[in-house]
Amino acid sequence: MVASTPAKKLFSVTLRVWRQASPAQLGKFVDYPAHNVSPDMSFLELLDVVNDGLTVSNDEPIAFAHDCREGICGTCSCTINGKPHGPGKGVATCQVYMRSFQAGDVIVVEPFRATAFPIIKDLVVERSAFDKIQQAGGFISARTGAAPDANSILVSKAVADLAMDAAACIGCGACVAACKNASAMLFVAAKVSHLGLMPQGQPERDRRVLAMVQTMDEAGFGNCTNQYECSAVCPKTITHDFIARLNRDYVGALFRSKLQPVSASAGGGA
Amino acid sequence: MNILGSLFNSSIGKKILMALTGLVLVGFVTGHLLGNLQIFLPPQKINAYGHMLESLGIGLWLVRFFLLACVVVHVWVAIQLTRENSAARPMNYGVNHTNRASLASRVMARTGLVVLAFLIYHLLDFTFRVQHPEWSRHSFALADGTLVRDVHTMMVQGFSRPGVAFFYILAVGLLSYHLAHGVVSLVQTLGFKNERWTRGLECFARVYCWGYFLLNAAIPLAILGGWVKAHV
Repeated sequence: MVASTPAKKLFSVTLRVWRQASPAQLGKFVDYPAHNVSPDMSFLELLDVVNDGLTVSNDEPIAFAHDCREGICGTCSCTINGKPHGPGKGVATCQVYMRSFQAGDVIVVEPFRATAFPIIKDLVVERSAFDKIQQAGGFISARTGAAPDANSILVSKAVADLAMDAAACIGCGACVAACKNASAMLFVAAKVSHLGLMPQGQPERDRRVLAMVQTMDEAGFGNCTNQYECSAVCPKTITHDFIARLNRDYVGALFRSKLQPVSASAGGGA
Repeated sequence: MNILGSLFNSSIGKKILMALTGLVLVGFVTGHLLGNLQIFLPPQKINAYGHMLESLGIGLWLVRFFLLACVVVHVWVAIQLTRENSAARPMNYGVNHTNRASLASRVMARTGLVVLAFLIYHLLDFTFRVQHPEWSRHSFALADGTLVRDVHTMMVQGFSRPGVAFFYILAVGLLSYHLAHGVVSLVQTLGFKNERWTRGLECFARVYCWGYFLLNAAIPLAILGGWVKAHV
């Protein structure tokens, strides 16, 4: 016998949403009352329901970024009550459920705010600055052709686990949004460490950290002041220890890039 | 670009400069405090210590210029970083939410400015003695008969002014608060911190900062309270 699920009590909340029609226009908060909210609804489902109502009444629906809705793609990007990805630890916005709120709450929903993440519309921001950082060094060079033998390159369990912790980054940008200085150092630290810890990432290790940090600086992100707001909101709970590792890697790479001998035929090709 | 240029022009480079100059200055204020605590010993101790420092001659000036350079770099880079940080977030959130950034970490610029103002006053007052030139003329005979400058009397007379003593206590209080974030932060910036020993480091920083504040504050309080008296 299966126990019957008791009926969940529906409740009402008010969504106070940042509306901005385009990058050039001024934005403002607009209140949207939402009734018959089930505690089992996800927060994005509530936005869907509110948008259905707006569409029916011929109003412009709220633009928000979303894709997988299971916390792995890093597309959703709302700041809910001042906290990127809203209440809860280690969750993306799509994993926030209405049971996290109380009846009568005013829920303030804003886009991620950073110069490097300009607003496109309403809650949607342009995060291609992260793509540029990735393109600058977030890769390894590998042989193509037949798949290499499994375990032909040995990686200790401890190193593999640590690299995996960093590799869990989904590039959502919550670290930037939460940082008082809109710094991207947790993101860059995760990407640099994920590859830099692995043997396959060694050939480009120094070039990677220098190029990624330079691209980060050029994109207009702020600087880390070691307040660890980033790791507090990271949906993958990536630790700010990787930022310490990034700093160490950067200084080492900087000195090596300036002081190590280079071949007389450097850049000449084979 | 050379290494120094890269340090001054990159985000992490500037952070490293903040941490390194901060580390030097933490070392200095610690040594300065230990030297000053000799006020609780008989007057010949601190006067002999002052004489020893002054007799370093060129060495003393080299150290002074190095410390001054550290202060200039620390302040200059702090201004750069603060400007970049506010440009990176031109518009604040409608809801201001803090997850775990400590208050000390959020008021670094303000505590730093008060400490800088105090530093300038303190140098003019005790190092260059502009208000009381007679402090340069007081002399004290050591046990071997050497006549040296009377630092003890200068400190006792200096801190007998309640306004100055209050400003001093306020400034060392804010400096301790500045260091509460700074001491832990510099270890992270230099790349050595990780969660396995963060608790120990934070514990050390708390003890250090409280100790630094209380020992510093004890000097003017002991003079105002009459426990440390002028020897003449």
